Amino acid sequence: MNAGSWALWRSQIAAILRLEIKKNFLSRRGLWVYLLALAPASLFGMHAYVMLQRGRACDFGRDRLVFATVFQFFFLRLAVFFGCVGVFMNLFRGEMLQKSLHYYLLAPIRREVLLAGKYLAGVIMTAAIFCTSTLLSLTFLLIHFHPSIVQQYLFEARGLSDVLAYVGVTALACVGYGSVFLVMGFLFRNPIIPAALVLVWESMNPFLPSLLKKLSVIFYLQSLCLVQAPVKGDWAFLATLTEPTPAYLAIPGLLLVTLGGLILAARQVRKLEINYGAE
Amino acid sequence: MSGREIIFENVSKFYGEVLGVNRVNLSIPSGITSLVGPNGSGKTTLMNLMTGLLRPTQGQISVLGVRPNQPELLFRFVGYCTQFDSFPRGMSGYQFIYSYLRLYGKKHAEADQLAWHALERVKLTDAADRKIAGYSKGMRQRIKLAQAISSDPTVLLLDEPLNGLDPLVRAETIAMFRSLAEEGLHVIVSSHILHEVDAISDQVILLSSGYVVAEGQIHGVRKEVEDHPMQILIRCAAPGILASRIFEMDSVVEARVHVDGKGLLVRTRDPERFYLTLNRLVAGGVDLESVAPADDDVHSVYEYLIGPDGGAI
Repeated sequence: MNAGSWALWRSQIAAILRLEIKKNFLSRRGLWVYLLALAPASLFGMHAYVMLQRGRACDFGRDRLVFATVFQFFFLRLAVFFGCVGVFMNLFRGEMLQKSLHYYLLAPIRREVLLAGKYLAGVIMTAAIFCTSTLLSLTFLLIHFHPSIVQQYLFEARGLSDVLAYVGVTALACVGYGSVFLVMGFLFRNPIIPAALVLVWESMNPFLPSLLKKLSVIFYLQSLCLVQAPVKGDWAFLATLTEPTPAYLAIPGLLLVTLGGLILAARQVRKLEINYGAE
Repeated sequence: MSGREIIFENVSKFYGEVLGVNRVNLSIPSGITSLVGPNGSGKTTLMNLMTGLLRPTQGQISVLGVRPNQPELLFRFVGYCTQFDSFPRGMSGYQFIYSYLRLYGKKHAEADQLAWHALERVKLTDAADRKIAGYSKGMRQRIKLAQAISSDPTVLLLDEPLNGLDPLVRAETIAMFRSLAEEGLHVIVSSHILHEVDAISDQVILLSSGYVVAEGQIHGVRKEVEDHPMQILIRCAAPGILASRIFEMDSVVEARVHVDGKGLLVRTRDPERFYLTLNRLVAGGVDLESVAPADDDVHSVYEYLIGPDGGAI
């Protein structure tokens, strides 16, 4: 492995990114992913609109907790989760169904480089969609409050850290779930089965032994959320952080889970055969 | 392993319990080689094995010394026009060729120049900016061909490349294959249209039900089919008289007057001896216009080996 190889791989990954983004980003087939991503933003947008129409604002502290709840329970666990199912499971499987994957395999590219390029394209697309949605939601959260409250929150309290944490957690969710569903795309033809399996696994996280807890994406994401969601009743277990992990451990932990997924996917892509008739 | 040939060593491929190809041993030199066989005979499987799109269940393959599981090396010199009639969504002909050339690590200017050159070779420059989804079958076939040749490969694999082409483009494409083979390329063509293959091939590989049933130059293959007497067409003014003389020969199995009444169709198990005897007849005053084998084309050999319905050997 020398400098020439790295330069070649970089240019090949750039070519894959251009191709993938041109083919898939903002395509009609992915419309449901954008609608899913925009759901929380439209919820907060409608709330802000109603409040502005009525000429009054809510309690800021309470709205901030509502946002944390929606973010952790709907946005991360459902919207980003299923968005990543749709995007990453189709990176290879979708092209198998379209019978166009062989064009990639007939180019002088190492299969691992192809995998890296497609995965990066998926991360860029999902992060762009879901981080935009997070920022939009936060904008709508703040828009109907008096500017002095917003200014105080952002620049004097911990508002900017909150915003950065929400956007960062969203991007990391795309990175983590992306690698999980990339490898699932090689192992399963039907996306419903792995999505259900991973969803159950992620939901069981609070009840798992300490070691198994760490083989999950949501475990690290929840640790990185600065505002704890105030959930009570039957669903409170989902919000309980049984083993809170500091950011300096949570981020490398999540990246290790991601790397594990990518290594498994690399093993699968080396064995990949084109047999469209079987799809 | 030779670095100048494509070599299959005891290669088998099974799709689950279904046989793709079985115990294939081949050595393919440069020039035009045709894979001939009916649907399901294993032509596409052999090509996909050569290019790493499929992995052999057993055996080894080497393409000019490179294993197919090394795509980063293999596709520096291999181009493959597959039979799959599908393309990435939303792309024009030019974008398709250009984008995939960028995957080779080529810079914009070089990829642009190679893309236009390939489009010119298949006469698609006028339609280059149109979406492939709007192309006719023949145009789609040509854009696939352009993609396969765009990187200037030295091994070109073409799976049913003439499908959907009109007669003019078909003739031009065959001429292109010939010129590529003359440049020293390995051109491997699969086809079920036998007369086309017969006209362009330096050698043929006949496949049936996953087995290689014959390989080599077509005339050589014909000689190997000893169960079927060779047919020879003798053009002459008096076929009846000639027939009476020829029947005296031991090696002749059958002789009948051609349907146009201007020649004689002879079937012989020993063509060498027959030609020698025929020379003596000519020396004795029998007047002949021409003598030519009538069944050493691919079609006849294929029919003898595989049967008229393309069934079992």
